Amino acid sequence: MKIFGIPIFPEQASTFAADVDALYFFIFAVSAFFALVVAIAVIYFGIRYHKTHDGEIGARIEGSLPLELLWTVIPTIIAMVMFGWGASVFYHLRRPPAEAMHIYAVGKQWMWKFQHLEGQREINELHIPAGRPIKITISSEDVLHSLYFPAFRTKMDAIPGRYTDLWFEAQTPGQYHIFCTEYCGTNHSGMIGTVTVLEPSAYQTWLQGGGMEGTLAQRGAKLFNDLACSTCHLDTGQGRGPSLKDILGKRVELQDGSTAMVDEGYLRESILNSQAKIVKGFQPLMPTFQGLVSEENLVALIEHVKSMSPNATPAAAPATSAAPAAATTQSPAAAAAEKK
Amino acid sequence: MLDKLKIPERNYLNNGHGLASWLLTKDHKRIAIMYLISISVMFFLGGLFAVAIRLELATPAGDFVQADTYNKFFTAHGVIMVFFFLIPSIPAVLGNFLIPPMIGAKDLAFPRINLLSLYIYWIGGVFTLYAMLSGGVDTGWTFYTPYSATGSNSNVVPVALGIFIAGFSSILTGLNFIVTIHRMRAPGMTWFRLPLFVWAHYATSLVQVLGTPVIAITIVMLGVERGLGFGIFDPARGGDPVLFQHLFWFYSHPAVYIMILPALGVQSELISTFSRKTIFGYSFVAFSSLAIAVFGFIVWAHHMFVAGISTYAAMVFSFLSFSVAIPSAVKVFNWTATLYKGAISFETPMLYAYGFMGLFAIGGLTGLFLATLGMDIHLHDTYFVVAHFHYIMVGGAIMGYLGGLHFWWPKITGRMYSEFFSRIAAILVFVGFNLTFLPQFVVGYLGMPRRYHSYPDEMQVLNVMSSAGASVLGLGYALPVIYLLYSLKKGAVAGPNPWGASGLEWQTQSPPLTENFIEVPVVDREPYEYEHVVAKEKHLV
Repeated sequence: MKIFGIPIFPEQASTFAADVDALYFFIFAVSAFFALVVAIAVIYFGIRYHKTHDGEIGARIEGSLPLELLWTVIPTIIAMVMFGWGASVFYHLRRPPAEAMHIYAVGKQWMWKFQHLEGQREINELHIPAGRPIKITISSEDVLHSLYFPAFRTKMDAIPGRYTDLWFEAQTPGQYHIFCTEYCGTNHSGMIGTVTVLEPSAYQTWLQGGGMEGTLAQRGAKLFNDLACSTCHLDTGQGRGPSLKDILGKRVELQDGSTAMVDEGYLRESILNSQAKIVKGFQPLMPTFQGLVSEENLVALIEHVKSMSPNATPAAAPATSAAPAAATTQSPAAAAAEKK
Repeated sequence: MLDKLKIPERNYLNNGHGLASWLLTKDHKRIAIMYLISISVMFFLGGLFAVAIRLELATPAGDFVQADTYNKFFTAHGVIMVFFFLIPSIPAVLGNFLIPPMIGAKDLAFPRINLLSLYIYWIGGVFTLYAMLSGGVDTGWTFYTPYSATGSNSNVVPVALGIFIAGFSSILTGLNFIVTIHRMRAPGMTWFRLPLFVWAHYATSLVQVLGTPVIAITIVMLGVERGLGFGIFDPARGGDPVLFQHLFWFYSHPAVYIMILPALGVQSELISTFSRKTIFGYSFVAFSSLAIAVFGFIVWAHHMFVAGISTYAAMVFSFLSFSVAIPSAVKVFNWTATLYKGAISFETPMLYAYGFMGLFAIGGLTGLFLATLGMDIHLHDTYFVVAHFHYIMVGGAIMGYLGGLHFWWPKITGRMYSEFFSRIAAILVFVGFNLTFLPQFVVGYLGMPRRYHSYPDEMQVLNVMSSAGASVLGLGYALPVIYLLYSLKKGAVAGPNPWGASGLEWQTQSPPLTENFIEVPVVDREPYEYEHVVAKEKHLV
């Protein structure tokens, strides 16, 4: 929305935008109502009960329990409506649908790097198709960042050492802002970009263009050999490391008797900090790759491992993998509780 | 009648002369004056950085200062305003000066500790200012890790240490107030006869004593991480960067209530005095202060809805955040009801009180947007948040502070200031404030992130409006310095109770004696009874 050519309200370019804006207008209406009631009362009383002569004092009114209850209970009810509505919008915002198209984003001082599964890589630019849910898995190479798409009404922090994600479904083809909203040092305000929403056919054309070095998983497969992962992680299960075939989305039993869900967070931790969780029946022989694998290569490796589980559901990873240790390791009891 | 009044021959201001009589004083009133001067210096220093920020943001390109300089400016603005102005402001100046006379006491419970807290504040302040001037710090006042731990190569540890030191000043002041309010009340001054200003300070003190140690611990952890290489927050060394945010906000969210609760206390005094009517629902207003202080401790993670906390944790913290809104709303409704059938007049302090109602209402209501989960995802870390917390911390806390300063100025100095210029200033502050920060809500909803040195062209008009408003606001803040200082020499003599207020502090001379009262007062009335004030005035005539 514009006034005199100046935008005063952001474009609605995703399926969330209308939901979030509806919530906004509801809270705005409630706030405006209460602000007006108080403003009118305060101004009216100020005029009506203006002191007229020296020595005049106000009526002695100590208070009123019914009134106190009224203006405690009514705001409480309204607040609960806001909470419930807001929580339901949020719940939807935090649950990527299983069929969402997957893109990886890495925040780095001071740029956004995007990797498509098809192999395209972009910096501070992102091309996506309209009308398809898109899940972006976010990581950071250095400090905190936050990936923000105002036209889609969503954002998520990039946190070094773990994955977070967000999803949206863009509706309107066009170009929109990408901002970094978590302060990250000198050029924080330069960490911006453009997301280009294309018609699905135009997106297919875009995918064809540009130099390609294979898909993300193919790049991962090459790394898998270059880093000598393949010498221990044999598909047969006879290697010094566990087989990685068809493990995605499953629980593995660990040496200490607990189990862990194999998702992106688990794979990430097992590559970077291999001693953290040892699969039952194996020795802690694997070196750590902390500092040796960049975030971009890490997601290529993970995509490769995921490609070895062709039958796994793509939404195996939880919407927000909380602190790496807490989310992926569970006691058997907690695992059972979750299944319920 | 006022012309015949004279400044009392014996008062706390002329009881001892020379620098040593000030620097070694145990008088809570003199300590309050020294705090007043100190925080005023800090306020205008922090304000200078705000001017630089608004100048930079007048154009979309980052063309006024370098990006690093800009980052240091907004960090300096935040650190100075939060830790060295807002947190001490009302408690250390007005609370320090007024709590003893309000409860009929000679001084605070621990006069030497009171002086010590001022020295600690000075040491912390000098430390921080030196660190800022000798290179500065660029982490933002929030010091988020891992940037503050490993990313920034500016003076993080010295500035953090300055804040650490100043924290003890805040703890000692809080402790002093709690003990004073428990132990030093005059005969007959029961808990439910306490002015609401005192209740608000009691709640504030609880937060200061319980919350401040957490930030101190957090700063120590940051220091050992940065200085000694411990891996507490840095994931590369096995730490968790989000842990810092939990610890930081566990203090810094309640710290918002350290800033606003005393202003709510001032507001209750102003509304009652200038409508000459007892406060509506005294016990509800009193307990709502305590409720805000308690709830304030359990909402911290609403600063972290997009920081990767779990969906369900976010829901719990959203729910709890709404709980703070209720006691705040209760206060506003009670003040409004107090005006009903009052005898209202609009001297300068009441103009501030009316302005406070407007700004605090907008600040509080926009908090609802941010507590609402689905909404906060879009608004988090945008200018909407900047506007919201300025409405509370500047619109609310500073309006309360200025209202209180104008209200008790005649008590503190014994003299009246120019009613004309002070009204102009109050109106400038209100108008300038709204011109500055209303556009920021709009530009925030558009998506402009905070802490941006440059921004997209289409957001310029709203930013220029904000910068223009800031110049009006600056004028409104500068004006009181002139007429208040002028009043010290030329102001009309105020007399003990120029407003016809009901509190105990107005029954002693202005400026008060060093010992506040000639003999210990005995309280036999309920608070905010104006019948006897009028009777007494008539008797004097």
